[in-house]
Amino acid sequence: DHHERKRKKESREAHERSHKAKKMIGLKAKLYHKQRHAEKIQMKKTIKMHEQRKTKQKNDDKTPEGAVPAYLLDREGQSRAKVLSNMIKQKRKEKAGKWEVPLPKVRAQGETEVLKVIRTGKRQKKAWKRMVTKVCFVGDGFTRKPPKYERFIRPTGLRFKKAHVTHPELKATFCLPILGVKKNPSSPLYTSLGVITKGTVIEVNVSELGLVTQGGKVIWGKYAQVTNNPENDGCINAVLLV
Amino acid sequence: QASSVSGPEADMSSEDVERLLIQFQDENGEILGSPFDVPLDITQDKLQLVCNALLQKEPVPLAFFVQGEMEVVSSLGTCVKALGVETEQVLPVVYQPQALFRVRAVTRCTSTLQGHTEAVISVAFSPTGKYLASGSGDTTVRFWDLTTETPHHTSRGHTHWVLSIAWSPDGKKLASGCKNSQICLWDPVTGAQIGRTLTGHTKWITWLCWEPLHLNPECRYLASSSKDGSIRIWDTVLGRCEKILTGHTQSVTCVKWGGDGLLYTSSQDRTVKVWRAKDGVQCRTLQGHAHWVNTLALSTDHVLRTGAFEPANATVNPQDLTGSLEELKEKALERYNKVRGSAPERLVSGSDDFTLFLWNPAQDKKPLARMTGHSALVNEVLFSPDTRLLASASFDKSVKIWDGRTGKYLMSLRGHVASVYQIAWSADSRLLVSGSSDSTLKVWDIKSGKLNMDLPGHADEVYAVDWSPDGQRVASGGKDKCLRIWRR
Repeated sequence: DHHERKRKKESREAHERSHKAKKMIGLKAKLYHKQRHAEKIQMKKTIKMHEQRKTKQKNDDKTPEGAVPAYLLDREGQSRAKVLSNMIKQKRKEKAGKWEVPLPKVRAQGETEVLKVIRTGKRQKKAWKRMVTKVCFVGDGFTRKPPKYERFIRPTGLRFKKAHVTHPELKATFCLPILGVKKNPSSPLYTSLGVITKGTVIEVNVSELGLVTQGGKVIWGKYAQVTNNPENDGCINAVLLV
Repeated sequence: QASSVSGPEADMSSEDVERLLIQFQDENGEILGSPFDVPLDITQDKLQLVCNALLQKEPVPLAFFVQGEMEVVSSLGTCVKALGVETEQVLPVVYQPQALFRVRAVTRCTSTLQGHTEAVISVAFSPTGKYLASGSGDTTVRFWDLTTETPHHTSRGHTHWVLSIAWSPDGKKLASGCKNSQICLWDPVTGAQIGRTLTGHTKWITWLCWEPLHLNPECRYLASSSKDGSIRIWDTVLGRCEKILTGHTQSVTCVKWGGDGLLYTSSQDRTVKVWRAKDGVQCRTLQGHAHWVNTLALSTDHVLRTGAFEPANATVNPQDLTGSLEELKEKALERYNKVRGSAPERLVSGSDDFTLFLWNPAQDKKPLARMTGHSALVNEVLFSPDTRLLASASFDKSVKIWDGRTGKYLMSLRGHVASVYQIAWSADSRLLVSGSSDSTLKVWDIKSGKLNMDLPGHADEVYAVDWSPDGQRVASGGKDKCLRIWRR
């Protein structure tokens, strides 16, 4: 069959070629090899070109769009449409009294988790005392009520005075003294006790940062929100609310 | 002895005006002449005549300040009443010479120079005002001919956005830094690159500053600051880096070469550092800011920029500076000493914490004053050419003017509806132009504190503004890829 024979002959060509190239000697071989080398270079070039077409190349020549001057480089610009809608959203939030915090939703802690029942009495039957099992903050001038009458026990081992506060823009962390607990999201009871759990908003002393108001007064207290579970870690990590 | 027209004491006569004893003092506190007895309703020009007569020099325009604060605008009487000063004692009146020449406000856009294919990021006039150069996001630096207001040269060589440009104080070279951390030097006459491209920084160049003319008339050394936190001093003749100043832990936002051989740098690590230019040793660290320090300004900035060129001698067609290197150095040194006076250079730093600090960096680590009042970050601060005033542009849409010596707040210029990006003073310190992201430029009259001209015309945000040192033109470039020239 003509087609079959043609196909087979063509496939044999590669083998015959290599046989010839190996067996050839002398001047003839030199000339042949020179010619063959040039051919191979061309072949390799076309293969590379085809491969380049298949893969995507990084465009080195084009400079990116959106040129900004040096003072705007490290800042993220806001698209104008966003600015207007943000303004409206902020006005609505202010009206509603909702404030932006880094952790808006936190798991609410139940009483059985935060407070442990302490049994007292001759026969250990009375169960009106509770001990706080989470980290808490008590003020400077704190003195306990007489032990017979105190309902809530805050162990000294779980009392903290300082928090590690991170400034979200500067990305620097400072160890600042706590001034007080502003709000514990789980319950107002915990706020009054000074219990600090994840998501609690605390007030910290930022006088060492050197922030100043427009009027020239030094800011010495700012709010920060706690971001870890202090009873597990042994330290309070918070993010400053700017 | 007090010289007076009628009676030695301040007497209250019933039919004519009260009289008052005043003593002329200059800014440094030196007394001029002896106490004068003048009527309370004496006006500012009569005071000027008297003072000029006492000075016995060529008559100069003067401004008078009572108790160092209140300016005598109409008559002395209004000031006295407003301040409630005792008329029994001798009242010191401080006189301040104003610039001899007046710069006229720019009112119209004479041309829109197109040519850049991307936003124009930086604009600068040469020290004599003869050439104009602009750097843009399309990686080219273009030179423009000011007499015909057409493009002159297009200099290609950078591979990324040209972030900052700086003219050498003799106006013969332009240095430009790009986002790929390369610095190129260009010749404004031919548009060709001089020497090799200076590489060495690892991140983009944020600011370039030449060595002042009076320290070295050849204009050989150039300081560059970069995001990688280092400052490099380059020798432009040999084309290599002389010194590397490290010490900042974050991006260096601005570098200024002072006239006393000190280098000042500000950085995002909230500090300003002072270095000795000769050996690259760090002298001081000025701390106090609570956020990134964006910008620096030296009180002698304008005089260092213009070098040996005196704006009062400007002609309509700006000419190149002539004279040998020695002559230029002498002239520059003379002008520098005149502006600097007896006090050392003052430095102002503006930051993201919405405040500015006024420092005396050569002497003190503690700031002279902290200037608060802005409600958003401060983008640029500039001393006026006569160093008496300080202007700060902020993202809270206002420009605030402060006293250049004490840092006291003087006034707020409101009018822009979006962040103010850059400002430029006119050479006589009477006018200020500000460019903002709301695409307009506004010319403010400092004496009255009011808007002089509103210059709309740009289609998009205005990124760079410059007033030519001879006071004739203002150039502005922005996101709309056009460069606009404004004249009277």
